[in-house]
Amino acid sequence: MTAPDRVAGTGGTGGMGHTLTVEHMEVMYRVRGQDRLALRDVSFRIGRRESYGLVGESGSGKSTVALALTRYLPRNGRVSSGAISINGIDPMALDEAALRELRARTVSMVYQEPGRALNPSIKVGRQVAEVYEIAGLGRAAALERAEAMLRKVQISDPGRVMDRYPHQLSGGMAQRAVIAMALAAEPSLLILDEPTTALDATVEAEVLDLVVALREEFDTSVLFISHNLAVIAKMCDRVGVLYAGELVEEGIARDVFDQPRHPYTVGLLRCIPRRGQRKDHGRLDTIPGFLPPPGHNLTGCIFVPRCPIAEDRCRAAAPPAFAAGPMRSSRCYLHDRTQDLPRNTPVDVELPARRDAAEPIVRLAGLSKTFSSRGENFRALTGVDLTLELGETLGLVGESGSGKTTLARALLGLIAPDAGSAVEFDGRPLGGDARRRTRAQLKALQIVFQNPDSALNRRHTVRRLISRPLSRLAGLSGQRLRDRLAELVRSVRMEERHLPLRPSQLSGGLKQRVAIARAFGGGPRIVVCDEPTSALDVSVQAAILNLLVDLQAKEQVTYLFISHDLGLVRYLSDRIAVLYLGRVMEIGPAEAVFDGPHHPYTEALLSAVPSLDGQRSARIRLHGEIPSAADPPSGCVFHTRCPRKLATGVCESTEPPLLEVAPGHLMSCHIPIDELRILQRTGQAP
Amino acid sequence: MTDIAAAPAAQVAVVHAPLRGETPWRLLLRKPTFVAGAVILLFWAVCALLGNVIAPHDPYAQQLLATNAAPSGAHLFGTDQIGRDVLSRVIVGSRDILIITPLATLLGTVLGTALGLAMGYFGGAIDILVGRLVEAVLALPVVIVAFLFLVALGPSTVTLVIVIGFIFTPLIARTVRSTVLVESQLDYLSSARLLGEKSGHIMFVEILPNVVPAILVEFTVRLGYAVFAVASLSFLGFGIQPPTPDWGSDIAANYGVLPAGYWWASIFPALAIASLVVGVNLVTDSIEQVLSS
Repeated sequence: MTAPDRVAGTGGTGGMGHTLTVEHMEVMYRVRGQDRLALRDVSFRIGRRESYGLVGESGSGKSTVALALTRYLPRNGRVSSGAISINGIDPMALDEAALRELRARTVSMVYQEPGRALNPSIKVGRQVAEVYEIAGLGRAAALERAEAMLRKVQISDPGRVMDRYPHQLSGGMAQRAVIAMALAAEPSLLILDEPTTALDATVEAEVLDLVVALREEFDTSVLFISHNLAVIAKMCDRVGVLYAGELVEEGIARDVFDQPRHPYTVGLLRCIPRRGQRKDHGRLDTIPGFLPPPGHNLTGCIFVPRCPIAEDRCRAAAPPAFAAGPMRSSRCYLHDRTQDLPRNTPVDVELPARRDAAEPIVRLAGLSKTFSSRGENFRALTGVDLTLELGETLGLVGESGSGKTTLARALLGLIAPDAGSAVEFDGRPLGGDARRRTRAQLKALQIVFQNPDSALNRRHTVRRLISRPLSRLAGLSGQRLRDRLAELVRSVRMEERHLPLRPSQLSGGLKQRVAIARAFGGGPRIVVCDEPTSALDVSVQAAILNLLVDLQAKEQVTYLFISHDLGLVRYLSDRIAVLYLGRVMEIGPAEAVFDGPHHPYTEALLSAVPSLDGQRSARIRLHGEIPSAADPPSGCVFHTRCPRKLATGVCESTEPPLLEVAPGHLMSCHIPIDELRILQRTGQAP
Repeated sequence: MTDIAAAPAAQVAVVHAPLRGETPWRLLLRKPTFVAGAVILLFWAVCALLGNVIAPHDPYAQQLLATNAAPSGAHLFGTDQIGRDVLSRVIVGSRDILIITPLATLLGTVLGTALGLAMGYFGGAIDILVGRLVEAVLALPVVIVAFLFLVALGPSTVTLVIVIGFIFTPLIARTVRSTVLVESQLDYLSSARLLGEKSGHIMFVEILPNVVPAILVEFTVRLGYAVFAVASLSFLGFGIQPPTPDWGSDIAANYGVLPAGYWWASIFPALAIASLVVGVNLVTDSIEQVLSS
């Protein structure tokens, strides 16, 4: 690519020495004899002690940047031009020994999957100590230092953890150990590539806090790579937005997120639900189109095909990086017009009002599910009472292991609940096994699974996948089936040309649309959405959510929406149920549950979520992980982690009943609601 | 939790871009190992089909005046103890082994797939019961099993097909079962159940197509073993009976005179067996590589 004059020089901390300088870096991957540009003209700097965030969707080249910096690119990849300097050292010019030295002492990396970063056959203590041994310490001294390091990453019992193998640690614990290893060498630059993406929100919050604290202590510069804008906003001083291998915008994190100066950043931010946005009011916007394919040769700006304000000059030549403010740059000719970028979807939509029916459509009473394994009983669900009202969206939240998915599968008849549980649909009991349910019952209850790769048979075509529920459940055939198929395909915003394709030929978003079409094919009354967007990119997620809202309005279905993402749940749900260790902790109208007073567990979940607005500061933190369902704590199951536990001991001894604290708002907590209100309003930390 | 699948795909997507327009066939034809193996197999296939036409002599014709003749212009591979042309016998001897081997493997694959699907899909009592039977069969030495069948059915081509098919069935069933178990973890089976699909549909329409690649690999691997099994059983006298030309039984008939220096009557059939096994393995290895990539 021709690099035009660089107008903006966004330096780090005022001309001081930089830990990392990347100038006009280009990375090529050679794919079947052809060079494909993965990164083009990427330039950025990270100052000493600075935290720099690199944000982008999958395929944007985030990880390629990290790999290129440490020369870990796969064999078919190479830095084809540009310059890299880490502490004044050019990693491209190093021989093997010097490169090892650089990786050992100057740069450390932490990846997404802690389980894969640790050697499964070596005890954790030895692995951490190894870093010190390489640095020249003796065996005993190294182990001692390792223990101190593990204590620094807030592992409470380092002696015991050191004696374990990686698979015996939880995800959060393993990631701490990896961070301990990364910091043991006291590197100048720490590269974190999606370090918390595989962790639960509550654990993520803890790990992020830890990274912030350690950065100050170790005086390290950080390159933080994530697809999660809110995490970047929380963690980073400055941020670069990567799109299709180009750094389209850069600046101080707060500025970029408050006043984005590139249409892509604007679009991306509009895809994320914020406080006050709901499915009918302040609707999420979408970015039309797709990422350009790898190896494209667009002459102009790479964002042109998806840009609503593109002009002729955007198509003619790629825009240079314009200075768009102090320490700001944007690769957009129209960077001063991005604020009023036209939307692709209307802000407000009219949703039909819910008809209040006297009877709930689904009633779960005393729903329990016990899994037995090797003589141990795991109580995934314990006496859950829940109703679904006609036409509503009930959000189901909780950490992993709280029983959300088990509840959904029991409702659908995919797992049989324990004896004594009642699942009623339309006032009549539903059998525990889908195979014994009538066609009408099967038709009424459908699901959109989390991962379309798993939910769609990869050997079947889209036509077959979508037709099957039409013939099986709706009883259609011939021309009527073809008509309904065409209608259904249109209503999930797909096209006829997708019909002969197989799932592997579709993008993640399209696959999920097929799954949604399948769920709606039979004309369901209730659709369970089990984390339907968690495997998707932010821009795709918004489109899928809007689609779900529109379909609900059109087909008058009831949703049970399961998600760990509280922002999404709040955006979509009318009511919310909070699950912990298979028990309902709180259930009520969405506003009441979110605005409080809420259950201490809900409060903790809300505190754990980083927000783009940066308004809510963390009030309470949960420590540790959800206890095992094989051996739940006595009394209130949450008391082991509850930051507001009462001193009277009642929490340990008695399980609080689920009581109505306000109309339609039920909570299971010993603390009186008025006391909770005071505690939570004043933002008082326990 | 958050976006486990979304984030890390970045560089992977770039590196392994979908191979558009690359059919498995074209990938195979580009592999020299596949081409070499295919040439060997093709050669023997032609011999099996047109053996009687190609063979320079009548493979049954005895020349009692030219027994144990060393390879020469008249008899390229020499003659055996009763003066039959070894080259002709090797050429014509390919016929039975080339018929029995795929049929036997096919029988084992079909039975094994059916058992494996049932075990993996139904699980529980069926899995345990069939699993024990499979283990019992696997525990028996091949020769004993073969002997039982031969006593019951008498030595013939059909018996050989049944024996080898029977021996392969549990091996293939095990592979199919484990693949089905992996598939069973996927949500598309739940999805099918929510459409009220019957077990037969789920097993054969939903699961089977996804297991086919594994079955294909297993089939081709077994094919190589089958060549060896047929030859071994013939050698032991369980299979094709003299005077029908057959590599295994010809070696058996002639290896007694090896110490006397008459090597050609045993070595050439042995080389034929070896070349067929090598050919099958070259082809199967390439198919496996293409299917698993």
